[in-house]
Amino acid sequence: MKALNRREVVASLLERRGALLVVAGLGSAAWDCTAAGDHPLTFPLWGAMGSACMIGLGLALAQPERRVLVVTGDGEMLMGLGSLATIGAQRPRNLAVVVLDNERYGETGMQKTHTAYGTDLAAVAGACGFADSRIIRRNTEIAAVRSSIYRGRGPLFFQVKVKRDSLPLALPPRDGAHLKHRFREALLGKGAAAQ
Amino acid sequence: MSRKTSKTQPVEASDWPAAIHRALKSQRVRQVSYVPDAGHKRLIELCHSDRGMIALPLTSEEEGIGLAAGAWLGGERSALLMQSSGVGNCVNALTLASNCGFPLLMLVTMRGETGERNPWQVPMGQATPEALRLSGVRTLRLERAEEASTVANTAANIAFEEQSAVALLISQQLIGVKSFEEKR
Repeated sequence: MKALNRREVVASLLERRGALLVVAGLGSAAWDCTAAGDHPLTFPLWGAMGSACMIGLGLALAQPERRVLVVTGDGEMLMGLGSLATIGAQRPRNLAVVVLDNERYGETGMQKTHTAYGTDLAAVAGACGFADSRIIRRNTEIAAVRSSIYRGRGPLFFQVKVKRDSLPLALPPRDGAHLKHRFREALLGKGAAAQ
Repeated sequence: MSRKTSKTQPVEASDWPAAIHRALKSQRVRQVSYVPDAGHKRLIELCHSDRGMIALPLTSEEEGIGLAAGAWLGGERSALLMQSSGVGNCVNALTLASNCGFPLLMLVTMRGETGERNPWQVPMGQATPEALRLSGVRTLRLERAEEASTVANTAANIAFEEQSAVALLISQQLIGVKSFEEKR
């Protein structure tokens, strides 16, 4: 299987990230984003599984001039599958979703997820009205994915098939209030964090 | 209130959904998400027709908790409309609000209370206040139409000024009872 290295994919998407706003789904996706560099404009989740895409939608609607990227795993995405329909109904041009799909629940013992049994998340997103939705299997496609995330007309959905390896933990801060405050301060300016 | 208006449905006469809509506007709420309830019909319509708001349907109520968190991260205020059965769908997502201290304003129309004719609505309706309390959400009650403006503003202040999670429970007595009779 020629699956991709998830850490390399995320590092490629987040290097020179400029004004990009990032929401990271709980578990490995959050570790991947942290490994690429802890950043105040990344909001990593430690819980509330299934919420990542909806946080991205609220952010994208509030900040229509900024690009918003949700990075999450296949298990987290499956728990919030309805949010793809909710995003499809709004069609925010500035929102992209990248699902790092290893077909496993990586944090709980590598049990198979529904994508291992054939669920095609990209097809679901496409059927929900995403402007572009694709399965990505090759390194040579990552540059185009990056270009779409930063400049393409959303909503965009990329289901990136990645290897099933267990990687060293790269943990973001755990204090949710801190993560919220630093994000708002970096985006909205000093004084905004507490309001 | 005039004699003329008192002859019509008290709900329509005092238009509590319009009072809540005005409160949301004055509180600068922009993203209004909902899973519909008949009791929220007018408020949903008012929000959809308000160019200063984005009214958006959810497939399930917990989506609105993530949406409200994302809106707040981006500098906007959100409100979440649902009926009491939807509170049961929200429990784990509510940890997002409690862990991070996100403002959360929930407007919950109650089922399973006064005169409910669908017994399947009763267990979740009866459990709603406790389920919210156990999840760290403060609750306020709206019992009478004329109090809608005051109570909605109080709830919004708890959410956005105190930055807490709060649910305004709108009594079934105020909304009326679904009859399950054929329309003629």
